[in-house]
Amino acid sequence: MAFDYTPYLRQEKMPHMWCPGCGIGIVVKAMIRAFSDANWDPRDIAVVSGIGCTSRAPGYLNMNTLHTTHGRAISFATGIKMHRPDKHIVVISGDGDASAIGGNHLIHAARRNIDITVIVNNNNIYGMTGGQYSPTTPLGARAATAPYGNLEPSFDLTKLLIGAGATFVARGQAGNGRQLSTLMKKAFDHKGFSFLEVVSNCHTQFGRRNKMADPMNMIAWINDRAKPLKKYEELGESQKDQYFPVGVMHEDLDRPEYTETYQALIDKLAEQQKEAAAAK
Amino acid sequence: MHFEARFSAVGGQGIILAGTILADASHILGLHAAGSPTYTAQVRGGPTKVDVIVDSDRILFPRTAAIDFFLSLATKSYLRFGDNIKPDGVVLVDPNLVEVPAEDREKYKNFYEIPIIQLTSDHMGRMVYTSAVSLGAMVALTDVVTEDAARQALKTRAPKGTEMYNMKAFSVGYDIAAKMKEKGEYVYSM
Amino acid sequence: MGSFTDTGGDIKFWPGNIVVAEAAVAAGCNFFGGYPITPSSEIAAHMAMLLPRNGGHFIQMEDEIAAMGSVVGASLAGAKSMTATSGPGLSLKLENLGFGYIVEAPCVVVNVMRGGPSTGLPTHPSQADVMQARWGTHGDHPTIALTPSFHQELYMETIRAFNLAEKFRMPVLLLIDEVIGHLSEGVVPPEPGSFEIINRIYSDVPPEDFVPYDTSNGDIPPFRPYFDGYRWHTTGLNHDHTGFPTTIAKDVEADERRHYRKVTEHRDEIDKIEWFLAEDADIGVFSFGSTARAAMVAVKQAREMGIKAGLMRPLTLWPFPNIQVNEWTNQVKKLVVPEFNLGQIVYEVERSVHSDMPIKRITKAGGVPIAPAEILAGIEEVA
Repeated sequence: MAFDYTPYLRQEKMPHMWCPGCGIGIVVKAMIRAFSDANWDPRDIAVVSGIGCTSRAPGYLNMNTLHTTHGRAISFATGIKMHRPDKHIVVISGDGDASAIGGNHLIHAARRNIDITVIVNNNNIYGMTGGQYSPTTPLGARAATAPYGNLEPSFDLTKLLIGAGATFVARGQAGNGRQLSTLMKKAFDHKGFSFLEVVSNCHTQFGRRNKMADPMNMIAWINDRAKPLKKYEELGESQKDQYFPVGVMHEDLDRPEYTETYQALIDKLAEQQKEAAAAK
Repeated sequence: MHFEARFSAVGGQGIILAGTILADASHILGLHAAGSPTYTAQVRGGPTKVDVIVDSDRILFPRTAAIDFFLSLATKSYLRFGDNIKPDGVVLVDPNLVEVPAEDREKYKNFYEIPIIQLTSDHMGRMVYTSAVSLGAMVALTDVVTEDAARQALKTRAPKGTEMYNMKAFSVGYDIAAKMKEKGEYVYSM
Repeated sequence: MGSFTDTGGDIKFWPGNIVVAEAAVAAGCNFFGGYPITPSSEIAAHMAMLLPRNGGHFIQMEDEIAAMGSVVGASLAGAKSMTATSGPGLSLKLENLGFGYIVEAPCVVVNVMRGGPSTGLPTHPSQADVMQARWGTHGDHPTIALTPSFHQELYMETIRAFNLAEKFRMPVLLLIDEVIGHLSEGVVPPEPGSFEIINRIYSDVPPEDFVPYDTSNGDIPPFRPYFDGYRWHTTGLNHDHTGFPTTIAKDVEADERRHYRKVTEHRDEIDKIEWFLAEDADIGVFSFGSTARAAMVAVKQAREMGIKAGLMRPLTLWPFPNIQVNEWTNQVKKLVVPEFNLGQIVYEVERSVHSDMPIKRITKAGGVPIAPAEILAGIEEVA
C-alpha cells in the first residue's frame, strides 16, 4: 500500500510556494516518512523555523508549527523543549538562516545537547531574498552579492557541529530521498541534539548563476558527488575535492541530554525539600 | 526620626551584612530602612560601602544627604567614601587599618578609634565576626536602634549554629564602645 | 552569610531585582530565559535558584536575542515566561519582542534601565529607555509598560505585569532602573492566595475545531498551548484568524487594529496612577519610577514653603495616561516634568495637554539621579 502523507500535511495550503524542482519538497517528504517511521504523533510534534524558503515548510505540516524570526528558530525551540521536554521538537532551516544569522544559536544548542533535531536544507544560497551568497556558498561561485565570484571560504556544517559538541551529526542529499528519511529517522531517535545537513538545490538562485539552471541536472550533479562516508574516506586526497561524504558523520551516546539533566536537578531539589520538611 | 549610616571597607560582604542587620533591627522597631550598596563592575578587592537610611516614615529619596554614622575599616574606603558626614555625626574607624588625616579628629565631634579587627581576632579568633563586632560598637555609639532589636536581628540572620558566637562578638563591640562613650574616651586603650 | 533569602524576619530586606524574581515566581512564572547584563543580572541569578525548586525552568541563553526567543517559545507551549535585561539587551531583544506582539504570546520583559546609548553607563541608573519601550520594535503595536517606584509596589506590579500579559495576550514590560534594582528596602511578600492571579483564557473547543485567533467573542482570542491534542500554526507574518499568513489588506488592517483595541478599549483595567498631595495642587509634577520618589520629597518641601505642589505618578506609563494628564490641567496651573533622561516622556505630556499651559522640563544625564532639590528648584521657578 502506498504511503499516506495526508495525516501530516495541511493539504488546503497547497500548492506550495517553492519553485518547481526545489529540493525542499524532497526534504519535507523525507521528514514525513521519518515522522511516521519514528512513530511520532503529529500532535506531539512542534516544527520550528526561521525565515527563508526552507522556513516556509512548517506551514504545510499539520502539527504545531512555529515560523519565527530570521535565524532564531532554535531559541524558540529551546523554550518549547524546556517547558515540554516530553514532546518532539524539530527545527528546519536554510543555510543562511541556520549558519549565518542563526549561527550562535546553532552551536550553543549543540553544546547544551538539548534534544532538538535541526535539519538544514543547504542550497548554498539565500533563495528568498534573491540569491545572495551564504556561509556555505562555495569559493568562487557567483551570487547576487558576489558578481565576480564568492571571495569567502565556506563552512563545512557537519564539521562545525561536531566541533560544537552535537551528539548526532549526519549529512544527506536531495538526490536520495530514501537515504534522507533513514538519516532523519536516526536523528529523531537520537536522545540529544541531532543535526542533519541536506545538500540541496536552488537551481533558481544558485543554479542560474552557476550554469545549473535545470533542477534535474542540478540534483543529478549533487547526487553524483555524494559518496557514503566510508567510500569517501577511501578516496585519494586529490579526488576528495570532487565529492562529499554522506551518512552519519558522528554519534555520541554518552553525553547527558540537557532537559534530562535539568529534570534531575528539579527532582534532587524536591527530594532535599522533602527531607528538610521531614527533619522539621 | 531620620538616620543615615554608611558602612565602608575593602572587599564588601561583611559590611553589606552589617547594613542588612541594621535594616532588620529597624524593621523590628517599626521603622523603615533603605540600603544601597556600592555598585561597580569590579566589587572584589576595591573599596566598597553600603548606605542604610533609617526613618520613622516611608523613605522617599533613597540616597544619603548627610551621614549620621560612618564606619571605615580601610584607608581606601575612608578616603573614597568619607564625605557628607555631619559634623556631629559618629565616625568609627579601626586605627590599625585607617590612616586618619589628623584634621579629621578635629572636624568630627564624635570620632572613635577602635581596633575592631584586633579585637575580633583576640576575642573571637575568626575574622568572619568582624561585622558583628562593628555592629555592636555602632549600636552602642548611636541610638538609631535598640540593643535588643539589633541582637534579635543579628540572631535571626546568623547562620545556624553560629548564633551564640555572633551574640558574643556583638557584645565585644558593644561593651567596649559603650564604656568609651560613657567615659568620654574616643581612642580605645587596652 | 549575606544571603538575600528568607533568613530575615517577616519584613524582607531585598534588593529590587530580588523583589522582581520573588514576585514573578509568586505570580506563577515557570520559565525564565536570560542573558547576563548589568544591572539586571541578579534577577536571572535569583530565578536560576528559585525556578528549579518550584518545578520551573531557567536557562541562560547564548545571547539576548535567544533569551527573548526562548521566552516566546515557552509561552506558546503554555509557560508563564519572563526575561530580564537592560537597555543594550532590550535593543537586541526588540525583534523577537515584536514577534511576541504579533503572535500574541503573553510574557514579561523586565528592563532595569541604565545610561546609554550603546554601552553607556552600565552600573548607573537612567530612565532613558521609555521611548524604546514604546516604539523600539518596528511596526505598529500597543505597549503596556509599568513603572513602580517602591519595593512593596514593585512586588505587586510584577504580579500585575504577569496578569496583564496573560489577560491581554501580549508581552508586558516592567521598567525599573539601577536605583530600584539595587536598592534594598523592606518588603512583606503577601500570602499566596491574597492577591489575584490571572491566567490566560484557554479555548475549550475540541482540537479539530480550534482556531488560534478566534475573535468571535471579543478582541482577545482564547489561547491553547501547543500539544495535548492541539496543533496550530504560528507566524510572525501578518496572519488571519487561522494563524496563517495573509496579505489581504483589509484583513491585515483589521487584525492590527484589533491588537490596538486590546489596550485602547481596556484602559480602565490597565491604567494606574498614584496621586500625591494632588487634590488641591496648583503646580502639577508628573514623574514616574525612581525619580518620582525624589519628586515626592520636592512636593512635600514645596508645600512647607507654601507652594501648593502635587504629584501624578503613573504606575502604567504605557499606554500613556493622556486623558488624565489633560484633565489635571483643568486644576493645576503649571506642569513640571522631571525625568532621568534628556527629555522623552515630556513629549507625551506636551501632546496630552490641550491648552498652552507652561510645561517645565527637568532633565538629567550622567548617572547621578535627580535630587529632590533639583525638582524643588523647578517647582519654585514656575510657582
